[in-house]
Amino acid sequence: MSDPDALYQDAIKQFARAAHGHGQLENATGEAKLNNPLCGDRVRMQVAIDAGRIAAIAHDTRGCLLCRAAAALIGVRAAGQDAAAMDAVTDALDAMLKGVAPIPVAWPELAMFEPARAYPSRHKCVLLPFHALQAALRNAAAATSSGDHRDQ
Amino acid sequence: MSQTAASLREQFPLLAAAPELHYLDSAATAQIHRAALDAVLHHETTSRANVMRGTYRLAEAADRAYGAARQSVARFLNADSADEIVFTSGATAALNLVAHAFGATLRPGDRVLLSVAEHHSNFVPWQMLRDRCGIELALIPVDADGRLDLAHLPELMGSRCRLVAVTQCSNVTGAWTDVAAIVAAARKAGARVLLDGAQAVQHGPQDVQALDVDFYAFSGHKCFGPGGVGVLWGRAEVLAQMPPFHGGGGMIVEVTLQATTWAEAPQRFEAGTPPIAQAVGLAAALEWMMTLDWAAIAEREDRLCRQLIDGLSRIPGLRLLGPLDGKRAPIVSFDMPGLHPHDICQVLDAGNVALRGGHHCAQPLLTALGVDVCTRASIALYNDEADVQALQDGLDHACRELA
Repeated sequence: MSDPDALYQDAIKQFARAAHGHGQLENATGEAKLNNPLCGDRVRMQVAIDAGRIAAIAHDTRGCLLCRAAAALIGVRAAGQDAAAMDAVTDALDAMLKGVAPIPVAWPELAMFEPARAYPSRHKCVLLPFHALQAALRNAAAATSSGDHRDQ
Repeated sequence: MSQTAASLREQFPLLAAAPELHYLDSAATAQIHRAALDAVLHHETTSRANVMRGTYRLAEAADRAYGAARQSVARFLNADSADEIVFTSGATAALNLVAHAFGATLRPGDRVLLSVAEHHSNFVPWQMLRDRCGIELALIPVDADGRLDLAHLPELMGSRCRLVAVTQCSNVTGAWTDVAAIVAAARKAGARVLLDGAQAVQHGPQDVQALDVDFYAFSGHKCFGPGGVGVLWGRAEVLAQMPPFHGGGGMIVEVTLQATTWAEAPQRFEAGTPPIAQAVGLAAALEWMMTLDWAAIAEREDRLCRQLIDGLSRIPGLRLLGPLDGKRAPIVSFDMPGLHPHDICQVLDAGNVALRGGHHCAQPLLTALGVDVCTRASIALYNDEADVQALQDGLDHACRELA
């Protein structure tokens, strides 16, 4: 049996505590709120897009250490990325958690979630902020194309 | 017969094989008793056939076993007749059955009164009925301890209340419902009463005649039986007035190209092949339960519950949800600011303590109690002091580990 203590590495606790990117954007062009129905965790992700890339990002995350650490990592790393890059990172993270791929090279900090492989019920905790960001990016793109601002 | 927790634990194969496990999640699923497992295996290897269809001896053996299971449930509930026992796939299915079949007798503007403390399974089917048929829903509020606040019951019922559907015991707070007060008010208003007994049945046999309700729902997996089976008890005259929920084989008198006539209850509500072996296994669990000294078990469960509450109360910052005094079920939920239930449960799992964290399918209740999620420990007849101690030691460890 895996040791859950190994899951709670200092890196996860530090990221969760630092809550990088926590807050609200005044000039958001896309936003999404996602829930984890298993535990009621919620992430609101906001992005401001400029020339197809994330110019600014903010999130409001209410969740466990894994969820908060994932959101904080996004807060540090997502600026400058476009939707395709975020899809690639999310897919790579998903594959890493499922044990079918190594740690994504683009975001080496994701290594802190490697021990979560052993706990499939916690994968959603790590992925929820990434899925919220993907949804926010889709909403931003839809708002740009329709001239409308939509929430999910 | 009075038995120790250790001797009871030995009768549960999973627990007997895992002496290191501190299972404190019986409110979600209780462990299965050996008698139930044996009965399922025996039935499937000696009497497996469909029921109420075949005339060969094997089919008649299946009919007898299924009929005997219905009799066992009737005795467990002190029902007036086994014909009032409907087998379903679980408590959720039983509640949905009432929402559809009794719901079909309601008219727009009729009222169903629920409480804020309901499990989602006793909320959502009624919200769906409201949206489908235009009934009104009203809600009994809870006090700060999660007990139903019955102060304004007559006003909440109004003039068109047809049904009060409430939990017998909260799956979050362990608060018992004052059923007698609700039944008295409902009778005055001409309303029926449905009791969700999912959390009550693992703490002993019930008496639907003494409770004086009209419907009672529970699940087999919460009272030491198999999963995939549940029960709806309904007062005979109420079941007789209800149309079927599901259509199919086994619930008809005659089908022609033009129309179908319904069988009487309980067959009217058991379309298709029922969960036969599961019902037989459930009956074995209930028969075993009916041999136990429930006063002694209740005393032990209550003592453990008090120990747990006392221990948790000493943890700085921890907030206990639910009543701290008076009669309560041994279900103890708590909130530790800054520590998420999923993280707590994960760390305690390392010490072989099985706890539940989340919203417990009771989001309206948690909102009323001012929390989004919480951690829950639930105690059943096979738990002992070592389980409570392991939880407290684990929480101390979690506080250090997660800080």
